[in-house]
Amino acid sequence: MPEKFDPETTEDVRAIVADALASKTPLEIAGTGSKRAIGRAVDLNYVLSTVRLSGVSLYEPDELVLRAGPGTPMKQIQLQLDQHGQMLAFEPPDYGPLLGGAAGEGTIGGIVAGNLAGPRRIKAGAARDHFLGVEAVSGRGEVFKSGGRVVKNVTGYDLCKLMAGSWGTLGVMTQVTVKVLPAPEKTRTVLISCADAGTAIDAMTRALSSPHDVSAAAWMPAPAAARSAVSYVAAAHTALAAVRVEGIGSSVDARCDALRDELSEFGEIEELHTHNSLKLWSEIRDVRLLGEGFHEVADTGDDAIWRISIPPAEAPGLLGRLHAGLEMDAFLDWGGGLIWARVTGMVDAGSYVIRRAMVSTGGHALLVRARDDQRAVEPVFHPEAAGVERLTRNIKEAFDPERILNPGRMFDGI
Amino acid sequence: MRMPDPDRDVLARRGEIIAALRRIVPGEGVIAEEEELRAYECDGLTAYRQLPMIVVLPETTQQISDILKYCHGSGVKIVPRGAGTSLSGGALPLEDGITLGLGKFNRILDIDYANRCVTAQPGVTNLAITHAVEADGFYYAPDPSSQIACSIGGNVAENSGGVHCLKYGLTANNLLGIEMVLMDGETVRLGGKHLDSGGYDLLGIVTGSEGLLGVITEVTVRMLRKPATARALLIGFPSSESAGDCVAQIIGAGIIPGGMEMMDKPAIHAAEAFVNAGYPLDAEALLIVELDGPEVEVDELIGRVEAIARENQADSVRISTSEAERDNFWAGRKAAFPAVGRISPDYYCMDGTIPRHRLSEVLTRMTELSEHYDLRVANVFHAGDGNLHPLILYDANKPGELEKAEDFGSDILRLCVEVGGVLTGEHGVGVEKRDLMGEMFTEIDLNQQQRVKCAFDPTQQLNPGKVFPILHRCAELGRVHIHSGQTRFPDLPRF
Repeated sequence: MPEKFDPETTEDVRAIVADALASKTPLEIAGTGSKRAIGRAVDLNYVLSTVRLSGVSLYEPDELVLRAGPGTPMKQIQLQLDQHGQMLAFEPPDYGPLLGGAAGEGTIGGIVAGNLAGPRRIKAGAARDHFLGVEAVSGRGEVFKSGGRVVKNVTGYDLCKLMAGSWGTLGVMTQVTVKVLPAPEKTRTVLISCADAGTAIDAMTRALSSPHDVSAAAWMPAPAAARSAVSYVAAAHTALAAVRVEGIGSSVDARCDALRDELSEFGEIEELHTHNSLKLWSEIRDVRLLGEGFHEVADTGDDAIWRISIPPAEAPGLLGRLHAGLEMDAFLDWGGGLIWARVTGMVDAGSYVIRRAMVSTGGHALLVRARDDQRAVEPVFHPEAAGVERLTRNIKEAFDPERILNPGRMFDGI
Repeated sequence: MRMPDPDRDVLARRGEIIAALRRIVPGEGVIAEEEELRAYECDGLTAYRQLPMIVVLPETTQQISDILKYCHGSGVKIVPRGAGTSLSGGALPLEDGITLGLGKFNRILDIDYANRCVTAQPGVTNLAITHAVEADGFYYAPDPSSQIACSIGGNVAENSGGVHCLKYGLTANNLLGIEMVLMDGETVRLGGKHLDSGGYDLLGIVTGSEGLLGVITEVTVRMLRKPATARALLIGFPSSESAGDCVAQIIGAGIIPGGMEMMDKPAIHAAEAFVNAGYPLDAEALLIVELDGPEVEVDELIGRVEAIARENQADSVRISTSEAERDNFWAGRKAAFPAVGRISPDYYCMDGTIPRHRLSEVLTRMTELSEHYDLRVANVFHAGDGNLHPLILYDANKPGELEKAEDFGSDILRLCVEVGGVLTGEHGVGVEKRDLMGEMFTEIDLNQQQRVKCAFDPTQQLNPGKVFPILHRCAELGRVHIHSGQTRFPDLPRF
């Protein structure tokens, strides 16, 4: 078992990192470790945990701003936001069960460090778009801050953008400030039976190009739909596209009616009201439609999970090419711009087929879950072009020249 | 404003550099005559002027790459320039530098309805992108007030906002990808037509980097479907406090308006005198609240906002019933800067952001400062997001008055930082706020930002003298300083 440090203050973090730097000892940076399975395996003797850097230090609903320690549980933040009818609009997902762990374990630091986002990404952005300010300790053992507590801010470089999605490889965050927004009063979902991905993309594109302010659009092939806990979705026995509208009641009703009308040419139409809508979109957000059984097969099985971000119009073609080369279960989110795929029985987790198929589409494929030995060999993050890779190394050098913060989590040496 | 000392050796080689540039950009793309260079001596911040050594107007990415490669090899500095509308001196030339104008990069390359994005060259204006797609019902959301002139490449460099960014975000939130050339001539692509590339968010860090990291040669942005309808309320208040309370309660009620703008009494009067928009002249503060979206939603929210306004002592509430009336409400606000320009020989536009609930306190202290400096000030305010634009009125022909206006401006920005806000909300640091960066950031903060600069441009030849008050050499910044002997954890010696 690695030695664990759980500092309570920024100064404690600084002291630990400074000492690690002095002795060139790499540290694993983690919160609760709920997303530890994502990324290249980092197996180190020391863990710096942020779990005790916890608590909401500022929440001003009227100012739409919240500041918290990175170790603050998402559950706690969501509870506080619920009390004021607000939300993190990027719909932070909970990948606990997907990664073989429990639900509800994640922290705000982990959400930000992974730059995660749910179905509302297409309308509201990802964690990066709501990340207003940061205090962190760099791999140089120095406390730095960037951004602030206001939305409109172009003072100096926006280091929040680099911290978001850096998976703890550039700094140990000690405080994060995020934008919050009012939660919608009402949610409805229009379901369209679309047997194939091409029709689904056409339907979702129509919806997203409409003035009806669609906040999410997904497509579930029949096997994925069958796994839903929403009885109508599971009982439909067909592939379904789902289009979500949110807002005040009268508006949601009117837009829902208009969408039913405009999308009826693509297939049969049904509708989910608030309760079932919330249920379905949380399943999509947390990737619970790719099947059970990960828990048992996690360390021995050959099933791998991929998160593939592409231009939405490329989805049908790419899905076709992937199905031709892989035994695969998948569904689409982000109006087609995101493929979630479960690949079965490939020694390389499907890496070769997926990366090759994406040469023509552009985009990014992240190997979210695979065996440790696969993650050690296959690139987990999408390989970068030479010029970009050089910039990535330079950025790592700028923040963590001795490679003591989560080294190798993203790329070799990064 | 002190700029880096010009390199005498480079100035001595001017003729040779011009010849080299002409080999890369044939024809009239290299400007070396003083009278023609004059057009580039300043940007939208006209208080600072400097004749560039040379101006080059390339037409292809390859030419830009060749220019940068040449300059990299021969130690020549580069100042990228879009439309030159920066209000912070981001495109202020250097005496020993080449101003690289992107004006000829003026084509829209791709309109992709299936992926709902537009790819344009960096010199295309912000508004031209909307014009290219509006016949099909789409638009590009960020709308800086200079949108008719400012370029999309400049918008990326400055992370430009506009009056709709509370609801629709800044440039950073609407940008999908760029192509850019690094100082050593290498061309890289960041992002694309998809969302969220993995790896470090280099696209995010380049947005708002003020031309210090690379020269942008292509931009892909999201287009949005135009809202079905938009209506506005024009609300007069007896005090800025009641207007501020109204704003807080609108947001507290879960309403995010498409736009929410406030003007103080001097701004109301200047605007009304200029455009006769029918603004209430007895109001101490005026609020324009625009709701956009589906018709039924807008109608309902208009009612909710009106009720909140009445609860907050609104003296007058007008609700637009036609597009013409809505445009009329906005006419005064949109003309606020030129309107103030009519009542004063010169004005100096500031750009701090504050937490909204500190507004009345900030306005009170600004009035005190106005008395102290004996200069008038008018305020327009992006009320939804706390971005304040005080316009300081002065007369540049009166000796010492410009300096007084600048000191007043600096005090306002210090005040913004003091109450928890920031130096600049959307105009950028440039040269204007460079020397105030220490008010917001420690030396460690600034050094860490500069190391990002070094990651892209280790020889610091791109737009030096902007953003950072002190230029450290990259080698010096790269050194690791180990502060040992501070161990507080008994386990640590085992490292």
